[in-house]
Amino acid sequence: MKKIEREVLIIGGGSAGMAAAAEIAEKGHSVVIVERESTMGGILNQCIHNGFGLHRFKEELTGPEYAERYVNIINELPIDQYTGMTVTEIDDQKDFKLVYAFSSHEGMVEFKVKAVVLAMGCRERNRGNIGTPGSRPSGVFTAGLAQRLVNIDGLIPGKKCVIVGSGDIGLIMARRLSWVGADVQAVVEIQPYPAGLTRNIVQCLNDFNIPLHLSHIVSKIYGKDRVEGVDITPLIDGIEAPVQTFHIDCDTLLLSVGLVPDNEVSKKAGVIISNQTSGPAVDGNLMTNVEGIFACGNVLHVHDLVDFVTEESIRCGSYVNSYLEGKTKGSQYSVMAGANVRYITPNKFTSDSDNKFYLRSMIVKNQAELVVSLDGREIIRKKQKHVQPSEMISCEIKADLLKSTGLNEKSRLEIGLKS
Amino acid sequence: MTREIICISCPIGCHLSVSYRDNGNVQEKDIQIENNKCSRGLIYGKEEILSPKRVVTATCAIDSIHMARIPVKTTGALLKNSIYPLLEDLYKIKLMPPVSAGDIVLENFMNSGINVIATRSLSR
Repeated sequence: MKKIEREVLIIGGGSAGMAAAAEIAEKGHSVVIVERESTMGGILNQCIHNGFGLHRFKEELTGPEYAERYVNIINELPIDQYTGMTVTEIDDQKDFKLVYAFSSHEGMVEFKVKAVVLAMGCRERNRGNIGTPGSRPSGVFTAGLAQRLVNIDGLIPGKKCVIVGSGDIGLIMARRLSWVGADVQAVVEIQPYPAGLTRNIVQCLNDFNIPLHLSHIVSKIYGKDRVEGVDITPLIDGIEAPVQTFHIDCDTLLLSVGLVPDNEVSKKAGVIISNQTSGPAVDGNLMTNVEGIFACGNVLHVHDLVDFVTEESIRCGSYVNSYLEGKTKGSQYSVMAGANVRYITPNKFTSDSDNKFYLRSMIVKNQAELVVSLDGREIIRKKQKHVQPSEMISCEIKADLLKSTGLNEKSRLEIGLKS
Repeated sequence: MTREIICISCPIGCHLSVSYRDNGNVQEKDIQIENNKCSRGLIYGKEEILSPKRVVTATCAIDSIHMARIPVKTTGALLKNSIYPLLEDLYKIKLMPPVSAGDIVLENFMNSGINVIATRSLSR
């Protein structure tokens, strides 16, 4: 078995892994990226639509263009890149970690490293996760898989499609399928409000007169070998109203019903997963409960903008640098999600440096207020023009605000939204 | 006639009520816009009636060992009614590697001044 020794191993060569690797290599530490696909870039490669990079590069790029900017950055740096290689296990030996991976080209490889960055991204929820009754014909795809088939493999999944879920991938696929000549019959959303960004509702559905059925579910799938149609049932006060069920003939059903951080390898290494985010619980240094294992990007929590993934991952890279140099920030105190906040990450803060948090709202509201309190005492109140669950909120808290506050081990920071 | 258009200039997404006389040749001064919270709503609403435009992203065939399609985009927003003719043209194109991001795939489509460029590089 081939044995390789480096300071840091990064699992995943998407936007998170590349940004973290660049930050680490720039400080002179040796770093290796292990990527499962044959090229770097991750999910960006199949997201051929534009709207990426407005924050990071101050221009509107498509997914592949954004990926290529970062591929060019990491190619300029001394970063080892292994593609077509899958990590199967992280063995924590306290002072160092052994990471096992394999590829058809290299066979089994053992990496000996001081730190590991989890950057595996997320995977799609599927039919099993939403429990749709009916037969099990072919023609049921997750939206991301359909996106890959159309945009990279050049295959069109079907001619008459219904999309379940109004998440951004589903909306983007409604337009993409319309543009490759398929007929999108409807988008069905269980919630009373759309899950995706408003601009995607406008440009991907309204432009093509595709109906969006809010508070509706697909209640049955028909077809033996191939999907032949679906039943759609409205929810009235949250309860199915079967009398009003209607039928749509279609040959394809796309599911855009959410993403789950992909943490199988993390769990095996003993990393504790947060119930709120389904990603690792991390401290203010984006380090998991296993010392030396860090996490960033969609494996930590599902982001809606790649720019935020990059920002978080650069920070993660700098925390890894501090760790390698023995300068990791000291005492960590608890952070809790307050009123109307579904989750917040990281779950710890420090008073030694500035803290950045990402949180997700549970409510849709104009003119909301973000309220930060420390041990019950309000320290920040900030106006938010508009909040909704599909748009992540970022919040920065300067170290000065926390330093002179008499922190003790029970100290608790709470961030909430006032409705 | 009156149309409801959602403004996408910012995340608030005002539901604009846009009224105009549909005589086949709508003038800017004949367009009335209500329910906008800021002036950007006025600009957006008028543009959507007078000359709605969209950036188009699509793929062309490529003869590569890595993938069957290569992503492309228009260099600017194209009039909405030119989109399907453009897609027809794009789907007839087959590229050969090497391709660099930014390479022109289709020049000055229908004299619009808009090019279609590759958005991914591929060496083989």
